[in-house]
Amino acid sequence: MAARIADRRPFPLQALLVGLLILWLVIAAFPFLWTLWGSFKVEGDFFSKADWSNALTGPLTQVETGGSFTGQGYEGAWVLNEFWRAALNTLIVVVSVVTISLTFGTLGGYALARSGYRYVFWILIVALVFRAMPHVTLVSGYLLPFYQWNLWGHLPTAIIVLVAINQPFTLWMLTSFFQNIPKDLDESAMVDGCSRFQAFRLVIIPVMWPGVITTGLFSFLLAYNDFAVTAMLLNQENQTMIPKIASFLGTTQTKGNVMFAVSAVVSATAPLFVLVMFFQRQIVSGLTAGAVKG
Amino acid sequence: MKHKTFLWFILPSATAMLLFIALPIVSVLIQSVYAPHEQVIREVESCNVFGCTKSTIIDVEATRALSEGAPMGRFVGAGIFTDRSHLATDEIAEIWSASPGVGAFLSRVMNLPFYGALAFTLTYTAFVTPLSILLGFAIALSVNAIPRLLRGPAIFFSLLPMIVTPLVGALILFWMVDARGILGAVLQSMSGDPDLSIKASTPLMWIMLIVYGVWASAPFAFVVYYAGLQTVPQDTLESAMIDGATRWQRLRFVIIPHLLPLTTFLLLIKIMDNFRVFEPIVSFNAGAHAKSLSYFIYSDLSSTNQLLSSAAATSVLTILGIVVLLSPVIIRTWKSFGRTA
Repeated sequence: MAARIADRRPFPLQALLVGLLILWLVIAAFPFLWTLWGSFKVEGDFFSKADWSNALTGPLTQVETGGSFTGQGYEGAWVLNEFWRAALNTLIVVVSVVTISLTFGTLGGYALARSGYRYVFWILIVALVFRAMPHVTLVSGYLLPFYQWNLWGHLPTAIIVLVAINQPFTLWMLTSFFQNIPKDLDESAMVDGCSRFQAFRLVIIPVMWPGVITTGLFSFLLAYNDFAVTAMLLNQENQTMIPKIASFLGTTQTKGNVMFAVSAVVSATAPLFVLVMFFQRQIVSGLTAGAVKG
Repeated sequence: MKHKTFLWFILPSATAMLLFIALPIVSVLIQSVYAPHEQVIREVESCNVFGCTKSTIIDVEATRALSEGAPMGRFVGAGIFTDRSHLATDEIAEIWSASPGVGAFLSRVMNLPFYGALAFTLTYTAFVTPLSILLGFAIALSVNAIPRLLRGPAIFFSLLPMIVTPLVGALILFWMVDARGILGAVLQSMSGDPDLSIKASTPLMWIMLIVYGVWASAPFAFVVYYAGLQTVPQDTLESAMIDGATRWQRLRFVIIPHLLPLTTFLLLIKIMDNFRVFEPIVSFNAGAHAKSLSYFIYSDLSSTNQLLSSAAATSVLTILGIVVLLSPVIIRTWKSFGRTA
């Protein structure tokens, strides 16, 4: 496509914009590269008292381990401190949360998009207020009942809580996706003899996959990134990755633990990189779905 | 859709929200008016050959019986709300009468834990929200100015600060600004103070948290504005050009008005998110310098003797704060809904 006339910019403006963009990209991406590089060094280099550039060259790493790079941090985190167990727990939590939220959310979102009554508005507003609740506020409400009913500490508890916290957002997003699907589609299916649920299951869901995938990505991010709920509601054994990383920080008395945290941080970020790489388009469309409609 | 079908469809989602969002709010409300039982103290007299001595011991059994009889604790009404770590009404009155001016009054009020947390939360929200929206807008304009082929990678890298786990993202920045990290070293050489440490200074810590907030939330504004820029009506832009509008005038009178509804949306989402700022304070280990309302609740909950009632009272106050923040939006939406329905 030829550049539109309105897109043409004088050189100084173009240079300014490109310069700004490059600066921003460095600010956005450099911390990740730095930490990735540093995670293969020993603590004395990554946190160097003498000279920050030691983190690049790694003289102490060479002295302590004999090579320029070391996997000690990763070994300490994954093997010695059983980070693999936390990763496994995260996997269980994330898969369950995404599946259950999407099931609940598609049903609810479909109903909200197709019903024209006034209570729909109120449900959406209540959901909006619920979405604004800090998660810690809710956690302080869970603790006492969960202790008394002996629900505290188990993975299913954290999963259902995360599903519930996820619902307001999921409902809003899926409702706006469902509203884009013409009503005629399910109405004609119902004229042909489908029940409401059959029309939903057999006609609407197959054309809704893009919306479902996008919403699923955000449910994934919420469950994966959560700290407040998983840190407060899970016991030591069922801990997920993010609280585990926080616990590496708590014990800074012993040497090397910070490096365990650094390598655990890199390990926890890697799946998110892959996710953005593959689903960039869906993430962007999801972020703008609610917005562009105003 | 019939009411009954609607009910069945919404049931799973509504039940989940009712049980795990609405009921916890009720539970927080109830907990906030009950204080934990005091330990039952009994006086015992122990006698031996030298005579009798009186001493007080904790009656474990009676204490347990008390807490089993009423597991919520004892009813104290608004007692927790007005105590020193929350609204501190007595202390405020005292400070008010003792302070010579408004400035002195405010600075002493900020030392009360709840008001300190409220002040930080509001400051954070007030700075991060507009700054991240402005930065996001600038990035969106820049990405829009580069060739289409390069936009994909640019968007990829721009998304990272937002997608990454807040706790992790904040840690990554924190390690870099550590006195022994790269940015810490740069700051030290720039300020000429080799002992400069973010960790030791309250203002620097606040600035650093705000910088993190802008870094982490600008991408969201960027993506929204970038999508909005793709839908700017080209005809209007070109006719504005023909009418002799300068570049700045086109931005000011065509593009910005077109993006205004998006700005309202961003403000709403960002205020909600920034008001519950929590993870960066954990990552930056900044509890001593900056507490947000969420962090205040978290530190009550994770202290050794779990101050559930205190956390509940702060939670109630936080929820009230959110309702106040959101009320203009709700009223506005209600009015516009009333027009369309």
